[in-house]
Amino acid sequence: VIRLLRQNGWVVGLLVLFVALFILTRTIQPSYGAGDFGSLVRAVLPYAFAVAAQTVVVLAGGIDLSVAAMMALTSVTAASMMAGASEEYALFVVPFVLAMGFMLGAVNGILIVVTRVPDIVVTLATLFVLQGAALLVLGAPGGGVAEWLKNLIVGTVPIPGIPDSVDAWIPKALLLLIVLLCVVWIPLMRSRLGLSIYAIGSSQLAAFRSGVPVARTKITAYAIAGLFAAMGGISLTMSTGIGAPIPGPYLLASVAAVVLGGVALGGGRGGLLGPIIAVFVLRLVRTDLTLLAIDPNVTAIVEGSIMVAVVMFGAYITMRSRLS
Amino acid sequence: VSISATAPQTVPFGRRLKRFMSDYPIVPLIVLLILLVVVLQILSPGIVNQRWIANTVKFAIPLALLAGAQTMVMLTGGIDLSVGTAATMAAFIVATQSVDNAPAVAIAIALLPALVIGFVNGVGVGVFRVHPLIMTLGTSLIGVGCLQVYQRTVISGGTKYPDILVWLGTGVTWGFPNALLLFVPVAALLLFIQKRTGFGRLLYAIGDNERATRLAGVKYWQVILALYMLSSALAGIMGLLYVGLIKAASLSLAEPLVLPSVAAAVIGGTSIFGGRGSYTGTIVGALILTVLTTLLTILQMPEGARRILFGAIVLLVTAAYLRIIEDR
Repeated sequence: VIRLLRQNGWVVGLLVLFVALFILTRTIQPSYGAGDFGSLVRAVLPYAFAVAAQTVVVLAGGIDLSVAAMMALTSVTAASMMAGASEEYALFVVPFVLAMGFMLGAVNGILIVVTRVPDIVVTLATLFVLQGAALLVLGAPGGGVAEWLKNLIVGTVPIPGIPDSVDAWIPKALLLLIVLLCVVWIPLMRSRLGLSIYAIGSSQLAAFRSGVPVARTKITAYAIAGLFAAMGGISLTMSTGIGAPIPGPYLLASVAAVVLGGVALGGGRGGLLGPIIAVFVLRLVRTDLTLLAIDPNVTAIVEGSIMVAVVMFGAYITMRSRLS
Repeated sequence: VSISATAPQTVPFGRRLKRFMSDYPIVPLIVLLILLVVVLQILSPGIVNQRWIANTVKFAIPLALLAGAQTMVMLTGGIDLSVGTAATMAAFIVATQSVDNAPAVAIAIALLPALVIGFVNGVGVGVFRVHPLIMTLGTSLIGVGCLQVYQRTVISGGTKYPDILVWLGTGVTWGFPNALLLFVPVAALLLFIQKRTGFGRLLYAIGDNERATRLAGVKYWQVILALYMLSSALAGIMGLLYVGLIKAASLSLAEPLVLPSVAAAVIGGTSIFGGRGSYTGTIVGALILTVLTTLLTILQMPEGARRILFGAIVLLVTAAYLRIIEDR
């Protein structure tokens, strides 16, 4: 157990931080209940998917600046296809949009591999392209969403064997998030591909020399990121009911949460759990500050400061451990 | 090289052209720039005249200044995403402080936050070894937050733009934009730093091999601190110039220029991994991007299609350019 704790020290620390923040929230606002937690999770949903997308790419040693634009594009595509359409039609729209995200992500990866231009520049260029495409699909916020998709993230599901008081704290949105992440992530990490992603992240040259198909792995990593981004885009449409062609603040937030979550920016180290908890922590901080009736503009300062401080602390620790 | 020196006729023309281009990477860029201008002239005959050139240069200068800061940072293998915030802060503060203060005082007050941002960046990257991307993203977040809070306190005061900045930003003397008065010395200074000083050589050295540089006894954190402060100071100056040009201080004034500044530096041949590049390329890169924007505007495309083309062209140019350089 101690070894497990030490290996996952960062994640455990984050979890403790989250719990502490939660207790703080309850003390500030004793009426903070299950319903509020549900809306917190709903707000987290698109962020969590953006973070998952960023995590895959960063683990593979890259960075995806186009993640927010990708979410905007998939969101407007879903919203404009579902506008005025029947409920059943949405059953077709969702897989289509997910496939689109996957393909667009793969295009990102292919461009990086083929042109040999650094990741950051390629995804910067695709950021503009995807943003433009989103504007072409939908000039202004609009579109619609199927009712059953909307209901998918509102309320709770009764789970047999769990008392209602506990069940109330497990909103549908949280279940959806966990299920979707696990469906993609667990098979991925169990497979050769997952290992290859870590391998090319920690040393591309070493991976290449030990026979890892670097190009294919990289393309797949970006494709999976595209898939996650598409999930984020759809969840955005689900929670707002419309699609907006202007990318939200998801790029910054995703990078921040990835770093906060203990994933090394150079690649090859970290997991998905850390960044996901980190994104909850960041959102909860925002909730707390709102509950404390602090000017929302000050919130931005606090958030930025926390991020910088944590990152500095983390960098300091790695530096110390490298010296000793 | 020796083969071409003794028997130049045996080297095929294509290879020689490529070698020439990789020896003088600025040439293909200038060719591209001229090509873009020619296309512009064909699409809309008569547009290219003295006034248009002056106007293009006027709008390219702020981008080139910002990209200059970016180039310096990228030489060490870093990236500075807080330049937009530093510039916006300087612009917004000078516009609001000029109401009560003399222009010189307002300018001094305005440049202060930019320097603070640079200092924090430098400490974070140089001393704590935070990844530059994260560090500068973080400080730009904090900066925007501070600016929003600041805005509340001055919202009733209104804004005023010092005459000197407006003159510098929009004025044209004998066909030359006045902004050149600021830009030419700054550009000369940057080039001088890059090519002729020890500090410049250290930037290239750190970008090339940071470990070796440190083992060679270079005080890494001092160089980085100076670098990021220089970068932010440049961004602040750019903000002052830009607010004189646009004459509308907003909280996101220079933000849209951040990613193009990276693009300009990359198109200009500066490696994002550090160790290679020069400011001359970046200046041409900024001009290319500005002309490209005009071109896309003249084609009267919808905003979406314009962005798509912009991204595609940036990628294309960078890829082609890397090919040319890599074949050394």
